Amino acid sequence: MSNIQAENLVKSFGNGEAAVLAVSGMSFHISTGEFIGIMGESGAGKSTLLGMLGAMNAPTSGRLMVDGIDIYGLKNEKRADFRREYLGFVFQGFHLIPYLTVLENVMLPLAVCSGSRKEKRGMAIEALSKMGLSDKADRLPGEISGGEKERVAVARAIVNEPPVLLADEPTGSLDSRNSRDIMSIFRKLNSSGITIVMVTHSEECARYAERILYVADGKLVGDQPGPKVCQN
Amino acid sequence: MTLTSISVRNLLRRRGKAVFILAGLVTGIATAVGIFTFVETVTEDINHKMEQYGANILIVPRTENLALSYGGLSLGGVSFEMEEIKESELAKVHTIKNASNIAALGPMVLGVVSVGEKRVMLAGVDFKASGILKPWWHIDGVFPKTSGAVLGAEAARVLNLSVVDSLGIGGHDLPITGILQPTGSQDDHLIFTSLSDAQQILRKTGRISMVEVAALCKDCPVDDMVGQIGNVLPGARVMAIQQVVRSRMEMLMQFKKFAYGVSAALLFTGGLVVLVTMMGSVRERTEEIGIFRAIGFRRAHIMRIIFMEAGIISGLAGVIGSFLGAASAGAAMALFGGGHGWHIPLSQTTIFGAILLSLLVGLTASAYPAALASRMDPNEALRAL
Repeated sequence: MSNIQAENLVKSFGNGEAAVLAVSGMSFHISTGEFIGIMGESGAGKSTLLGMLGAMNAPTSGRLMVDGIDIYGLKNEKRADFRREYLGFVFQGFHLIPYLTVLENVMLPLAVCSGSRKEKRGMAIEALSKMGLSDKADRLPGEISGGEKERVAVARAIVNEPPVLLADEPTGSLDSRNSRDIMSIFRKLNSSGITIVMVTHSEECARYAERILYVADGKLVGDQPGPKVCQN
Repeated sequence: MTLTSISVRNLLRRRGKAVFILAGLVTGIATAVGIFTFVETVTEDINHKMEQYGANILIVPRTENLALSYGGLSLGGVSFEMEEIKESELAKVHTIKNASNIAALGPMVLGVVSVGEKRVMLAGVDFKASGILKPWWHIDGVFPKTSGAVLGAEAARVLNLSVVDSLGIGGHDLPITGILQPTGSQDDHLIFTSLSDAQQILRKTGRISMVEVAALCKDCPVDDMVGQIGNVLPGARVMAIQQVVRSRMEMLMQFKKFAYGVSAALLFTGGLVVLVTMMGSVRERTEEIGIFRAIGFRRAHIMRIIFMEAGIISGLAGVIGSFLGAASAGAAMALFGGGHGWHIPLSQTTIFGAILLSLLVGLTASAYPAALASRMDPNEALRAL
């Protein structure tokens, strides 16, 4: 289950006349298993919105409900637990820990979860296998290509099997071939039931989403079905 | 992958910073341990010498009369004509709190007797206790097992007596069983006999002129024992023979205060090194901490990572510092201790104490950086990149 309900989300930075409205009264609903693309110009408020959906960026006003839970009504530590249990993040620019091996990077979200070391290792190897990176498990991030790094980031995001995957420009640093690979992986993950919310500039990538939210000047200006490439 | 392994891997990656923190803490801990060990060793040495010294507490009757001296030490108001201590009351000394620290109790009765035409001081003593109370006594002959007398070197010379002779005092015929080798003290001028014989000769049965006590003062302050004995013998005056030892102890106390002050300053500096370096490290790791928080690490998890890193370095600094400190104390003892050589007085307590102290300094200094890291907003941290 991962029904997401955004209710009149507002986010402003600064005070008084210098205040900047990054997100202005956005409301929408995301159902379980949807593949959502968020598109818009730079500075439109896409990443701010994703941060709010990711329980990392409290709105100035409005509510975010996930399966009936008011996320920003939770205390800080409970919100951290929510992120760990409900969400997988694929950050813009990989954000892998450079001194940990590929396997250790993937195991990172499991470091604060219960379970044996062997069990956690098994889960990480399985996630890496899904990304076709089993043979790179002992490499450091500096020793693999950009496409592989992105796949490691995806493996890390799904290793604890979260119901929702949030991705911020997942193909921003990749060439077209690697971008297609990543989108294929997303398509497979979505087919397996994971809800995906992806911020992207790329029309090519947005074609994989089944629904696209268009954002401009902090406002939701469009909510349209995508071309559903994944289903074609 | 555990929080501990994250800490270890980070330390290995940032070796330079880790070594810098380690060096800062080791300097502080080694100095503290070195000074502590040196001071403790010197204190132990003084205590040992004090125990070797023999009697270190004197019990004499309370009096307003003129003081005499004995063995170069002040005896307070000892006077033969005054009312002396009752021998039966001496048992009370064994009831004091620190009774286990009493190594020997030597009652002594003093009086003047005539030997031929000469007047000599007769001292009735417990010869068995004298072995502990007067370790500097060396005798030509033996101590009397029953009735008999031992002469001080000067007394034997003046009275022209030797071991084969006997001594007639107040109707008692005492065989001379030994002559003391010269001690340089007033003992050289005395005739020593058993306490009971002397009490009979001097007609002081059941009475004592003074009591010498050898207290093992390693684990107890001699002043406390003086107070305790004074409480059980209110009619007596109890004094500690401290003199040179006391002045050395006072000097040592002054040195202790100074040395502990220097140690505290160095430990504080070590703490600052940890604080500043850890702050730098936390700032350097904004991205990493942002990722940790974004993927669901709690604030407590972040603090544990930082504290674990500080703990590992501090523990290591404690071990290294204790050995280095003990080695430097050993070197200092060799230089200033007079013949102690390169003995390194390192105990398990010192090692554990050093580790605990190091952990205390390291973890305290890391508290602010850890709190700062844990308060890092994941969204801000990742957006700042």
